[in-house]
Order: sequence, then structure tokens, then C-alpha cells
Amino acid sequence: MTDRAATQRAIEAVWRIESPRLIAALARMMRDVGVAEDLAQDALVAALEKWPQSGVPENPGAWLMTAAKHRAIDLMRRSRMRDAKHAEIGFFMAVSAVDEVGEDDLLSLIFTCCHPVLSMEARVALTLRMLGGLSTPEIARAFLVPESTVAQRIVRAKKALAGVPYAAPEPEELAERLAGVLEVVYLIFNEGYAATAGEDWVRPELCEDALRLGRVISTLAPREGEVWGLLALMEIQASRIGARVARDGTPILLADQDRSRWDRLLIQRGLAALRRAEGFGLGVYGVQAAIAACHARARSAADTDWIRIAALYETLGRISPSPVVELNRVVAIGMAFGPEAGLYHLDAHVDLDGYHLLQSVRGDLLERLGRRGEARVEFERAASLTANAAERELLLARAEALA
Amino acid sequence: MARFMLFMYPGASAEELAEGPTLEAVEAMNRYNEELAKAGALLALDGLRPEAARVSASGVTDGPYSEAKEMVGGYWIIQAKDRDEALEWAKRVPQDANSFVEVRQIYELSEFAEDIQDAAQLSTGEPPHQTSA
Repeated sequence: MTDRAATQRAIEAVWRIESPRLIAALARMMRDVGVAEDLAQDALVAALEKWPQSGVPENPGAWLMTAAKHRAIDLMRRSRMRDAKHAEIGFFMAVSAVDEVGEDDLLSLIFTCCHPVLSMEARVALTLRMLGGLSTPEIARAFLVPESTVAQRIVRAKKALAGVPYAAPEPEELAERLAGVLEVVYLIFNEGYAATAGEDWVRPELCEDALRLGRVISTLAPREGEVWGLLALMEIQASRIGARVARDGTPILLADQDRSRWDRLLIQRGLAALRRAEGFGLGVYGVQAAIAACHARARSAADTDWIRIAALYETLGRISPSPVVELNRVVAIGMAFGPEAGLYHLDAHVDLDGYHLLQSVRGDLLERLGRRGEARVEFERAASLTANAAERELLLARAEALA
Repeated sequence: MARFMLFMYPGASAEELAEGPTLEAVEAMNRYNEELAKAGALLALDGLRPEAARVSASGVTDGPYSEAKEMVGGYWIIQAKDRDEALEWAKRVPQDANSFVEVRQIYELSEFAEDIQDAAQLSTGEPPHQTSA
């Protein structure tokens, strides 16, 4: 490999590490995320031109910041300080030290990327790009959409944000906005953990990106219980990634997983985060993390504390009622008190018409009750309802086994 | 998920090791650790006590050893996208003229041939103990 290629890769590595702080500091100065990102990109281009000759500087973050600031000054001159917003920039640039990136800057950037004026897709794309350091092609690959689609989403998002004051949320809207941020992070995680489309069931890189975001947010907002709750949930769920897919690509259900392949380091981190969350009182994510922890603590599927899990699902149903939660409660009741109890609860309380997991769970309970013919019909219906190829295979195999 | 272990070789003499690090060195290291955590890259870290014993077929030899400068003083486990990012983090470790950091990627089970993977599978289903974080 040439030195040039090595430098190129070193620059990309520096970019991944430095770009969130760079963009955050520039956004504070420019009061505009779109402009800040353009300036940061300009600095990256400058590095790609200079560093292959000069070598990577001693403090690459400071170099990038200086380069971006020079471009900010150029921009300001061109705009002739026509409005007060840009006049302010001169002041900010004069006073702010190069490496001075406050935690508030990063928080403001996160809240802005997840701003409610943006569509969910735009929030995801902006967050991965500005905070995750992912390029547009990387985001496009991760979500299986054309690059031009992602590029357009980002352009539109920047335009939409230009009309929004750049600031952290007011105290009275903080809880709601924070919930919005966590939702974006968990959506990214879930797209990696249980892909809704495409051939692969899991895309670990997306889980990794989401986990990283969760860890960053936990250092920025350590007094928010749900931040720890979500982090705990993601760490524990991610611990099973290596055990969830068979060699031929088919998914392996929790009960059948080889638990020696669960990642103990992530489980330990998850349980530690859960303890932090418990100190604040568990919210929606914290309760889900507590459920995940029940599985993580069980040495074998048979050791699982299903009674506790059923109780936790009941709690979850109270704070955040949804058909999916009810369905999971049915599974837990079925495991804790037998398939008859589960089926009774399902038919009496759950209405999930056309949702493939309902058929799958009903099939499972019927199979355990020895009602094989009915079970087979449910698995076949479930297979016809899912959009994921790997999941469909699994469901058809279960139906086949009952023939 | 690429994971890397960064080993710190402080390059200190046995006497320096016995004295322990200076306040400045600890503060610098703390800043570095915080930077890793704030970037979401840190998974685990520990510092190691200097007293060492080597166990081999010929028995137990207690330290200190003549090649004390080549002793591991601590480690980090980090998550990084690739080797370049791990190297970039290693470059940022506070160091002096005698120290160095070794970067090693942690094996994933999936990298091995299938028969090796099967052999590595624990017959009891009991999870192996790993470092706490």
C-alpha cells in the first residue's frame, strides 16, 4: 500500500473522531448546522489536499478547526456582514479557543439533528452524518436506499433547520425533546438489530453506531435516567448479536441461542448502565432493559425468570401501552404459567390483525398445546405477512416441521 | 464490531514503577480516558500493578525482571470502525520518550474456520468469564 493511501485512511479515521466536535463548535459560532457542516467538509477537503504531502499534523483536530475557521472568515467577508447573525460570528471566533468544544455544544448539535421539524428519516440521516461521522454513501448502504435519496434528505433537512433558532431546548420542553433524541438512536439500533427489509437479518455496524451514540449521550446527559435505560437496553441486546444468526444466515431465536456466544463485556456494561437507570426510576427504555437483563442473567433458557418478565411487561404496558407489548406479555405469561394461560390472555386481550408476530406467537402456543394443524396455519400466515426474507424462511421452516 | 486492545508500555524502570505515577501523568491519562468515553469508543480499561510473577513449565519466577521496560502497565479495550481509527486513538495516548502503545485487534469467533468455532463452543453452555467493565 502506498503512503498516500495510508494517509488517506488516517484522515478518514481523524474525521470520524473529530467531526462531531468540529461541527458542534462551528454550529455554535455560525448559529446554523448546515453552514457548520459545509465548513467542516471544506476543512476535510483541505486536509485531503495538504496532509498527503505534509503528513498528518500533531494535533489534527486543531488543524481542522483552524482551517474551518479560515473558511468561516472568508464566508463572512463575502456576505459583508450583512446581518447581525454574521456580525456576531466575528466576536465568537475572536473569543473561542480552537480546542474549546463544550459539552453543551455537542448536546445542542444532537438536539438540532433530532429536531421535531424534521422527518424521522432526516433525523436519522443527520444524526448519523453529523454525530456518527458517517458519510452519505455509508448511510445509504446502511438503510439500503440510493445515495441520492440520502443526499436529498440531508439537503432538505439543512434547509428546514435554517429557519429554526440554533439552541438547546428550553427546560420545559427538555424531556420531550430528549425522548425524541433517544427515539432516533433506538430506531438506528433496531434497523441494525432486526432489519425491516433486505436479505440480512442483522446489520451489526448500525447497532455499533447506535451504541456509540448512546454512550456519547450518556456522558453528555448523565442525570437522565432514560439515557442510561436506553444504553442498558442496547448494550444487552447487542451482546447477543453473535448468537442470533446461524451460519446459513437464518435467525436463531433467543431460547435456542448458544449463550456462551453472548458477549459478556457488553452484558456487564449493560447491567452497569441498568443500575444507573434504576437510580432514577425506570422509564420505557429502562423497563425494557430490565427485561433484557432477565435473559442476560439466565444461564440457560430454562433458567429464565419468566414470572418477573411477565410482571415487567405489565409495568411496560402501563407506562407505554401498545399491542406489541401486550403480545410480549402473552409470550411471558405462556412461559411463566403455561401455553394455556398465554393463549387465553392472547385471545382475550390482544388485537393485532395482520401483524406477523401475532400469528407466530399464536402458532407457538398452539404447538406447545399439541394443536399442530392450527399451529401450522398460523406460521404460514405469519410467513406471508413479513417483509424480511430471513424471517420468512424461519417461519416457513416451523410450519414445515408441523406438516 | 471491531474491537481493539491498546496495551500501554510505560517504559519505566523498576524504581519508577515502585514510586508510582506523578499527579500530572495521572491527570493527563484521565483526560485521555474521558476523551475516549465521550467519543463512545471506550469499552473497558484497567491499570496493572507492577509486581509480576511468571509461571512456566520450569516453575514460578518473581519479578522485577531485567527487561522491566517491556512490561505492560495497563490496557484499554476500545470499539473502532477499523485499524486506522484504533491507531488514531493510540496516537493520542499521553506518552513520554520511553513509553509506547501496542495496538492489537481482538479476534471475533466468526473469523475462525467452522471446526475451530465448534471446538471453542463451551460444552456446558456456561458463559465464559470476561473482564468486567
